[in-house]
Amino acid sequence: MIALSQVSRSFTVGDQQVAALRNIDLNIAAGDYVSIMGPSGSGKSTLLNLIGLLDRPSSGTYKLDGGNVTDLNDEQQAKVRSEKIGFVFQAFHLVPRLTAAMNIELPLILAGVAVAERKARVAQLLENYGLADRADHRPDQLSGGQRQRVAIARATSMHPTVLLADEPTGNLDQTTGKEVMNLLEQMVAQQVALIVVTHDPVIGGRATRQLHMVDGQITSENKSSGGT
Amino acid sequence: MLLPDLIRLTTSSILAYRMRSFLTGLGIAIGITAVILLTSIGEGLHQFVLAEFSQFGTNLINIQPGKTQTHGANVGMFGSVRPLSIEDAQALRRLPNVEYVTPGVQGNAEVRANGKTRRTMVSGVGHEMTDIFNMKVQTGSFLPDDDPTQARAMVVLGAKVRQELFAGQNPLGSYLRIGGQRYRVIGVMEPKGQVLGFDLDDAVYIPAARAMELFNRVGLIDIHLSYKASTDSKSMVAAITALLKERHGREDFTITPQEKALEVLGSVLDVITFAVGALGGISLLVGGVGILTIMTMAVTERTAEIGLLRALGARERQVLTLFLGEAILLSALGGLAGLALGVGIAQVLHLLFPALPVHTPWLFAVLAELSAITIGLAAGVMPARRAARLDPVEALRTE
Repeated sequence: MIALSQVSRSFTVGDQQVAALRNIDLNIAAGDYVSIMGPSGSGKSTLLNLIGLLDRPSSGTYKLDGGNVTDLNDEQQAKVRSEKIGFVFQAFHLVPRLTAAMNIELPLILAGVAVAERKARVAQLLENYGLADRADHRPDQLSGGQRQRVAIARATSMHPTVLLADEPTGNLDQTTGKEVMNLLEQMVAQQVALIVVTHDPVIGGRATRQLHMVDGQITSENKSSGGT
Repeated sequence: MLLPDLIRLTTSSILAYRMRSFLTGLGIAIGITAVILLTSIGEGLHQFVLAEFSQFGTNLINIQPGKTQTHGANVGMFGSVRPLSIEDAQALRRLPNVEYVTPGVQGNAEVRANGKTRRTMVSGVGHEMTDIFNMKVQTGSFLPDDDPTQARAMVVLGAKVRQELFAGQNPLGSYLRIGGQRYRVIGVMEPKGQVLGFDLDDAVYIPAARAMELFNRVGLIDIHLSYKASTDSKSMVAAITALLKERHGREDFTITPQEKALEVLGSVLDVITFAVGALGGISLLVGGVGILTIMTMAVTERTAEIGLLRALGARERQVLTLFLGEAILLSALGGLAGLALGVGIAQVLHLLFPALPVHTPWLFAVLAELSAITIGLAAGVMPARRAARLDPVEALRTE
């Protein structure tokens, strides 16, 4: 479903070219559960941003669901992001002045989904993620775990085929972190490709495909049956 | 994105920073208040002045000797210009559609009665003057319909003159000396008050022919006539021109319909209203700068949120719309508050100083609100474009 071939990404820092990604070849199928681990600066987040179409490769091609998305313009990329990709961030990135329900509704609003359908989907998500009694709370009235659950609900509200999580447990304690991972992993069963970037070997170890990156390259891939 | 959602989202961010939004809106509100207040006073003045002038009636035409080629005083009695005569006035009276005609000769003279002397305006007129200028006689009657060339020596007093010379007694039947001649008082006018500094009550009215004699003039200063409402000033002017040309042999007179005079006056007053409105517009601009500042700050503060919106599938245009919407909402709300404030203050002023004419036309209110929105739009464009063009990866990294 995701097919990266010879993807490189370099940044200009001062007058130097710094390669963040070098010749990455990567295929991820629907229902794959992939973790990307590696030291800081190894290019994990850059790779995730490329897959999420927030960034463009300097060279190489990226095909998503068979279509080449490398050369899409901003508007087309935004549409693909809206329809196919869900993001979960370490810092949750909830809009502080909106209620939990409205944060979840945000992607649907941006996509222009009809009101009735939207309300139904948000209610269902609040229910699924155990947030029904928190619907009208603002982020600062929620615990860390609840905030991340809102963020996951938001990421899945458009029924994406790819779920990208950048250190999703980074700001959570271990117990809450595990709960959050369980919720993310539920999506794998629904044939969503889950890609998790993490420092934490315990979290990374849960994935069926564990990629290790060093200096912008994928150095090794371990496969395990997954689960804990 | 649907419009109700846009409103919901922009409202939420304006409500999230209540104090800041209030102050920013206040900037616009003060600007709009100034514009509305100043234009209200300007427009009030406009209407006041026009009302002062049209109280004499609007279907009036004034004819003066001498042809005005350009602006400036006409040559009057000098040169080869034939003066307007009482016979001209009589001829004009016979034109179809003419209602009333009065010749006019004015000057200052000493009047004496009861051993008192007063210098006042002596107005030589015809018996139809009261009908033309909507003036009313309080006691007695106005000048009779005499043969205009041999009118009897009768005088009608203005209220002020009556007060000064005949205080506490009935002047009717008494005699008034004007320039050595005795005039019998036959009426007193209703007080008319001042119009633009002229005391209309400090005057006496005598037959025009006698005034010409008194001031030693060979012609009239002007002829006023009123026409029936069923005709328009244009065809009247044409008829008058034809008649006087035939009598004078050429066009040595100037015809000014009241309508046209009011038009000119109105346009001058419009310019004044516009100028004071523009003065208020300066504070509106300052309010616009306030919006620009706040929106620039908002974009910086909410960079992470912009990154998030992009990650969630927002297009650049949608981010632009959201921030522009906020700027416009701020200025529109500020504008509405300013409208209420401006109209409110104008009304209070009117209550406190009834002499100060105040009027707020709906069009001004709508225009003011539109200009507030336009200023919000203009002030919002730059910050909103910056927000839309942020690199989502960079933006998400902030916080």
